[in-house]
Amino acid sequence: MDELYDVIIVGAGAAGLSAGIYTSRARLSTLILNEGAVGGQMVLTNEIANYPGVETTSGYMLAGTMKKQAKAFGCKIRSNIRIERYDLKGSEKRIILEDGREFRSRSVILAPGGKPRSLNIPGEELYKGTGISYCATCDGDFFTGKEIAVVGGGNSALEEAVTLTNYASKVTVVHQFDHFQAFQHAINEAKSNPKIEFIMESELRRFSGNGVLEEVTIEHLPSGEISILQVDGVFIFVGYMPNTSSLQGVVHLNDRQEIVVDEKLQTDISGVFAAGDCIPKRFRQVTTAVADGTVAALSASEFLRS
Amino acid sequence: MKMLHTNLHEIESAAELEKMISEHENVMVCCGRMGPMCIPVYEVMEELEEERTHVKFAVMAFDSPEAGIIRNAPEARGFMGLPFTMYYKNGIVARATSSIQSMDQVTGILDEHFSASPVENA
Repeated sequence: MDELYDVIIVGAGAAGLSAGIYTSRARLSTLILNEGAVGGQMVLTNEIANYPGVETTSGYMLAGTMKKQAKAFGCKIRSNIRIERYDLKGSEKRIILEDGREFRSRSVILAPGGKPRSLNIPGEELYKGTGISYCATCDGDFFTGKEIAVVGGGNSALEEAVTLTNYASKVTVVHQFDHFQAFQHAINEAKSNPKIEFIMESELRRFSGNGVLEEVTIEHLPSGEISILQVDGVFIFVGYMPNTSSLQGVVHLNDRQEIVVDEKLQTDISGVFAAGDCIPKRFRQVTTAVADGTVAALSASEFLRS
Repeated sequence: MKMLHTNLHEIESAAELEKMISEHENVMVCCGRMGPMCIPVYEVMEELEEERTHVKFAVMAFDSPEAGIIRNAPEARGFMGLPFTMYYKNGIVARATSSIQSMDQVTGILDEHFSASPVENA
């Protein structure tokens, strides 16, 4: 039988690693189980210039340092695992992996983070990398002189649409509503750019092509009218969603699939806490995730001592 | 000069890549930048390097002129997303992918093309 840990942390993003640093430094035996890459959304940030105490760094470097800190205090990390199910109700919590391994602990901190939303329409997986992209900085130069579309109406979508005009000859923004959710300055900048056109109240229905992406099928929502837009590329920026699908029915989730917590970041289950992008909050920054991880770790420590 | 800050071996020339794929039966090379689509693939490779000892894992900087050997490979025609990842079996491209790949996607390709024989594991 595996060892009984004091704390198991699910997720190794900024929140999970911070929690791991605090609990392992408090000499609580700690295991981090991580389904993706260590660092979570943090490693997807090229430059972090507003993390207090660090003039400028990359998300990759910051995540690497946090991981090193946690391990130095004795925290164990198992990455790229797949969790099959949770049994968190009793005093001994159990997490069972898809490969049959089982880990037990006296408390759990859920910090599974979030992931970019995809459209989940036909052709999306097929043309990923051959026309469909989720990163303007990474792939913009592949579309120099070409016509592309950007999907979304938030800050990321409009700011990246403007960035992409440095490469593309024409950028068509496709958005499902009749207004944008972005800040006004981002809207103004996009609307004043002569290379950008807008298709409002519309959603993509299909990606089509022949080896590479050639066109998208668009539905105008109020009328149901279908049209075809010839494009060489599509960049998708439709927000993030919490990684909580495997927690349905395990802990209380709100209608946005976020884990509901109290001021100690405890869930509706005693000894089970949550932190980071998976809980309801207005601002999602590395610093706010670090703060959540700290609070959850201290609350878990208090719980274990009580 | 090394350009990628990973814990994986970085190939610095086309000649080095050719030597590697001639000397190793199974080679996975991820050609990218230190960007958000590439780093998760490097992380996956770092995880797998410990357990898949029959596969040689390496990275190559996409912006290096030497990386033309991958950028211009016929198998990468039509690729428009970083990173370009090449899987070489006995010196020949067995599979190539464009853009971010998950652990499941990478292990699926490794299992399909680079399954370890008892001899390789010995």
